[in-house]
Amino acid sequence: MSSHAPSFFKRYFFSTNHKDIGVLYLYFAVIAGLIGGIFSLLIRMELAEPGMQILGDDYQKYNVWITSHGLLMIFFMIMPAMVGGFGNYFVPLLIGAPDMAFPRMNNLSFWLLVPSIILLVGSGFVDGGAGPGWTLYAPLSTSGHAGPAVDMVILSMHLAGASSILGAINFITTIFNMRAPGMTLHKMPLFVWSILITAFLLLLSLPVLAGAITMMLTDRNFGTAFFNPEAGGDPVLFQHLFWFFGHPEVYILILPGFGIISHVVSTFSKKPIFGYLGMAYAMAAIGVVGFVVWAHHMYTTGLDVDTRAYFLAATMVIAVPTGIKIFSWIATMWGGSIEFKTPMLFAIAMIFLFTLGGVTGVVLANTGIDVALHDTYYVVAHFHYVMSMGALFSIYSGFYYWFSKMSGVDYSEILGKIHFWLTFIGVNITFFPMHFSGLAGMPRRIPDYPDAFAGWNYVSSIGAYISVFAAFFFVLVVLEAFMRRRKAQINPWGKGATTFEWKLSSPPPFHSFDDLPKVK
Amino acid sequence: MTKINTFIISLSISLLTSSGLMAKGQPTDWQMGFQEAASPLMAELAGLHDFVFWIITFITIFVFILLAYVCFKFSAKRNKNPSQTTHNSLLEVAWTVIPVLILVVIAIPSFKLLYKQNDFSNIDMTIKATGYTWYWGYEYPDHDDLAFDAIMLTDDELEEGQPRLLSTDNMLVVPINKNIKMQITSDPAGVIHSWAVPSLGVKMDAIPGRLNETYYRIEEPGLYYGQCSELCGPGHGFMPISIKAVSDEEFAAWLEEAKEEFASTKDDKIVLK
Repeated sequence: MSSHAPSFFKRYFFSTNHKDIGVLYLYFAVIAGLIGGIFSLLIRMELAEPGMQILGDDYQKYNVWITSHGLLMIFFMIMPAMVGGFGNYFVPLLIGAPDMAFPRMNNLSFWLLVPSIILLVGSGFVDGGAGPGWTLYAPLSTSGHAGPAVDMVILSMHLAGASSILGAINFITTIFNMRAPGMTLHKMPLFVWSILITAFLLLLSLPVLAGAITMMLTDRNFGTAFFNPEAGGDPVLFQHLFWFFGHPEVYILILPGFGIISHVVSTFSKKPIFGYLGMAYAMAAIGVVGFVVWAHHMYTTGLDVDTRAYFLAATMVIAVPTGIKIFSWIATMWGGSIEFKTPMLFAIAMIFLFTLGGVTGVVLANTGIDVALHDTYYVVAHFHYVMSMGALFSIYSGFYYWFSKMSGVDYSEILGKIHFWLTFIGVNITFFPMHFSGLAGMPRRIPDYPDAFAGWNYVSSIGAYISVFAAFFFVLVVLEAFMRRRKAQINPWGKGATTFEWKLSSPPPFHSFDDLPKVK
Repeated sequence: MTKINTFIISLSISLLTSSGLMAKGQPTDWQMGFQEAASPLMAELAGLHDFVFWIITFITIFVFILLAYVCFKFSAKRNKNPSQTTHNSLLEVAWTVIPVLILVVIAIPSFKLLYKQNDFSNIDMTIKATGYTWYWGYEYPDHDDLAFDAIMLTDDELEEGQPRLLSTDNMLVVPINKNIKMQITSDPAGVIHSWAVPSLGVKMDAIPGRLNETYYRIEEPGLYYGQCSELCGPGHGFMPISIKAVSDEEFAAWLEEAKEEFASTKDDKIVLK
């Protein structure tokens, strides 16, 4: 079956096969995630106690760490894992397509990420590094940083953005044109829906980021003054442009996760998904509304009060489709026959913890309350609950769900469960106390804090040590699986697993389908 | 162990006593909620937060109970034959409409608070704060343009009782029971900062080239602390805001003193202009 597979070097370096590229993306995401995890470990070590712990008086380095941590996790861990990894590997399989529409462009998408991450990590070693935060606000990122470090970050983002735009074009074309006969849009698995919507978000939002950071690049190097008030520019313009990209971006990070969770919940409950159309259109609604809520990140910049009132209302609306998703997942489990395998544990935890992160989002949506919480640890707690628990748990869930399919070997269920509990306990101890610090008024992005904040920060740091240990334990789980080589079945999950990939061998042949599959 | 002991003690204190006994204007050990409100706006903000907090707590517990029930009742052990239900229109309409109603209930008081926070109709005096890297400069345009800078005290400059990273060499002195408008901006050649005092419910970005406004009214004399709340470079954690609220008489006395003390600063500013 796998007769056409080329030699190793050709297969992985010149790859045009969606499965090989997907696997490359996953390896990439794991490596970037571990580097980003080490940054979070350093951050929490510094914040473990009041006073400077490991940095001495090099406060800039702290800003470099938080900037790198954010950018790495967003652009080089979550996005490559979900869209690049699972998206590439499974979208063609799930719609019965032989490959992605533009295989060579797919290869380019992946390989653009490699110089991109090198530029980002490398910038940390140049001229004190880049420390404007992942939001890159001007003028801190323009006049506030001399030297080439920020330029390297800008170029890194250009490359990552180009990579994602190419990927998005590829997914949209593939999903619209290459579905198997009989697979109408309304019969498409929800993961494919989620990737389709994500691709549109990427395609529409990333060019805005590219424009914003190009203006920043010319401000820094070629004498323009887009964001320089001394010459008639406006720093707030950058924030509008950035968040016009940045808010859809957070849905880009979570929507594929929604897709994965739908598959996992349905499979392990042995029930078809509840309210399929509602689920698909809830994601579409989140995608559309996600474009018109960006200024809720800017409530304290002095926006006009009526503008703030609008963004308050629009932001609240997002809670409705999100609620539909949460309740539909629970309804899918209702009446099911639930198996608590590792992917399902991650999925159930994701549903609960994402709810928790979602409701604090409703609090933050209220402009009046946000005045007290903006730029405090409450916000850090909120977005780590939806990202570090929402998005990361979805990735882990999808990883354990599809691991045997992709690798042809089974992971150890007991090790997987230990990994789940370690992660679950670790992240909750890390991030839950941050709500308290935030309410008490602790600002974000400070390397040292008033002594009263010591208690909860100490607890957070202990949680972070557990979480980082859990991340390395995950590597161990994967290595164990590859060393023991327990042969995977075609369908390990039983009758709940109904999508196309479970009809193919594990791993699937180099060319997935000899004949086009048909949808009844 | 000491950490755990302090935790238990402070937790029991905060549970047993009214919050009136806690230190005002600054965070306390193991604090889990807002700092005690020192301005009417913060009191309202905290009230709205409490209201929303109960709603979200209820929702979270509701989802948790649903999940726990489903996991228990419909585990593979207890329920061998999964149902194949995929639709229930009534249910789907319910979980769309009910959240909408809840959001409307939250939004109404939320709009009220928002517009109140931006009601500048009763202002008694104005103070201008300018963010520099990394300290705040203050000007009193209503009081002969009195101007001075407030720079954080380092660890060895701290005196007994002054909180670390929150105390400054000069405090912003304001009279109590006056609506004080803060005009907030930043050094035109500098970066963005944010002027924030949690116990007053005030946070406003200091942006180069823009003059932002917010206001507060302090009800009791005392010390109120805050920190810069927008990443502004290596010194971001080290440009605190410290306010001393005093009676009208004390404020008048301080003004006389301060005008003399900061006369040179004022001249500097004029020369710069």
